[in-house]
Amino acid sequence: MVTRWTKASTLSAAVAVAVIVAFAVLPVVFGANVTERLTTLFVYVILAVMWNALAGYAGLVSVGQQMFFGLGAYATIRLSYGGMNVYASMLTGALLAGCTALPLSSFMLRLRGGEFAIATWVIATIAHLLVNFDPLIEGETGKSLIALNAYDAALRQAISYWATLATMVLFLVLMFVLLRSRIGAAVQAIRDDEHAAASVGVRVMAAKRLIFTLAAFGCAAAGALWLATALTFQPRTYFGIQWTAYMLFMALVGGLGTFEGPIVGAVIFFILEDRFGATGVWYLVGLGVAATLCSLLLPRGIWGTLEDRFGVQIMPVGYRLRLAPSGDGECKEPQRTAGWLARLRSYPNH
Amino acid sequence: MIWLDQIIQGTLLGGYYALIACGLSLMFGVMRIINLAHGDFAILGVFAVWLLVAQTGVSPFLALVAVIPLMALFGWALQHWVFERSLRAGPLVPLLATFGLAIVIENLLFEGFGADTRSLAPEIGDLAFDSWTLTDRIYVGHLAVLVFAVAVILLVGLQLFLKWTVLGRAIRATAEDPETAELVGVNSRAVYAMAAAIAVATTAIAGTFLAMRATFDPYSGPAQLIFAFEAVVIGGVGSLWGTLIGGIVLGIAQSLGAQIGPRGFLLTGHIVFLVVLGARLFLSSVDVRAAMRRGVDGVVGRSRSS
Repeated sequence: MVTRWTKASTLSAAVAVAVIVAFAVLPVVFGANVTERLTTLFVYVILAVMWNALAGYAGLVSVGQQMFFGLGAYATIRLSYGGMNVYASMLTGALLAGCTALPLSSFMLRLRGGEFAIATWVIATIAHLLVNFDPLIEGETGKSLIALNAYDAALRQAISYWATLATMVLFLVLMFVLLRSRIGAAVQAIRDDEHAAASVGVRVMAAKRLIFTLAAFGCAAAGALWLATALTFQPRTYFGIQWTAYMLFMALVGGLGTFEGPIVGAVIFFILEDRFGATGVWYLVGLGVAATLCSLLLPRGIWGTLEDRFGVQIMPVGYRLRLAPSGDGECKEPQRTAGWLARLRSYPNH
Repeated sequence: MIWLDQIIQGTLLGGYYALIACGLSLMFGVMRIINLAHGDFAILGVFAVWLLVAQTGVSPFLALVAVIPLMALFGWALQHWVFERSLRAGPLVPLLATFGLAIVIENLLFEGFGADTRSLAPEIGDLAFDSWTLTDRIYVGHLAVLVFAVAVILLVGLQLFLKWTVLGRAIRATAEDPETAELVGVNSRAVYAMAAAIAVATTAIAGTFLAMRATFDPYSGPAQLIFAFEAVVIGGVGSLWGTLIGGIVLGIAQSLGAQIGPRGFLLTGHIVFLVVLGARLFLSSVDVRAAMRRGVDGVVGRSRSS
């Protein structure tokens, strides 16, 4: 018998909803200090989940996601200085920046592994250089989102907080729905073996394009939201490759190719930064050591290791095989491969 | 005339890119590792050279000769303790490992040496600025020619080594198919460790020449890395001659771009990189279509050989 929800996962989904509701009412109780930190965490979660969608599910290793992050912030600045309402420019800016992924995808997705990775980095660098040409930005001088001054600081912070929370929830729900849909079965098949997936009729290119575009929108939204908190736009900080480095850290340390992993990774990254960020150089050294050690000791990431060992899966994106009701044994392994195959077989047109 | 000058300078600059890219090409081609710390290895090497020069007053060239084996040992150790283990977990995990190494190296260098921008140019006397006069407009720097010559010698040397020596053959066999190489008696672990040692050792050479012709600081690595990757990809992964050509194409594009505007140097380099990739995609799709007209065998044969 194939099941999706277990008692534990129903419970944890309920807990997830409760946590989100708690986050939503949190600004009423806590001060600006807490909401600002949490806004940062939410942006990290969005970024980690997007990079995981790319590398963990579609097999696309992008070293250039900072491009969409930077373009989201840049488009916001541009539109805001063009006279649009600042929140409308954030939304429109993020959408416009995400749209650049559509024409790019038809070229980029034809590249193989390493070439794709380097090409994303190069295109991000080109976008950075082109933004430098904009007279509004004045090279590396940058520009502030001064239109935000029209709003009271406390209100502004609360809006940024809720907007970031809403965006994070939106992308998490999107990922969850996507992974449970037919496309989800396709991308998980691609993750496990691209050629095998193609041979059983998965439209690899279409699935990859969807994920590539989704990740672009997510990173662009993250960039616009980051700008709402940071207020100043400097090309170097937004188009810096460190953003991809952080995404890579969060997704891989948390557990690539799992739904929960990147969230765990983002929380860990956030706590590390919160605790040790002030130590500057030594924090970065520690981060590097943690990344290297994790690659050696926990190559499946923290969540991936837990999932392997205990069969836990909080959010049910996969399938579980349960032995016939008469038997008393339950198959504890989340049967991924059986999952997507079973799923594909259930489609008559395959 | 100015264009001819730019092409000459660009070609010579391409020699430097080939120098920094050849180690990357070797690692990428043999071990399939996208080494994000490659540029930082070069900077680590040059700091070792700089330290030797500053402490003992020897010539940077002599210091480099001393540093090369140290860097080779470093590469061997990395392969043995880090890359090999992380590679077993799939192609993405080395990315995390090398990213970690990169920021550790950058920040430890910063901690040890500070953010000062340094150069080895003052240590090499006249070589830093002497030049030959080709015409009254075109000058060719001695150092640039030396770098180019070293790049060509290194690439020819590596090529001959891969082609004719036992170890070289073992490296090529392992790059092609590690399991089959093991079956015919190649110790692929030892081969990988040697390839990593060679690759990391070459970064010290590239870093030292970078420091002679320009400046360096603890965070100079990533900028060198992107050029190295571009040279490798333009020239075609796994081909050392291709890496030299890739470096030269990149160097010429940048030199010509520098004539167009202040940011043209970087921009044209990147654009040429994308154009080359696009052209290759277009040609291969034309190839595949032609092969499909010839029959399925053509496609299968082609995908096996590529």
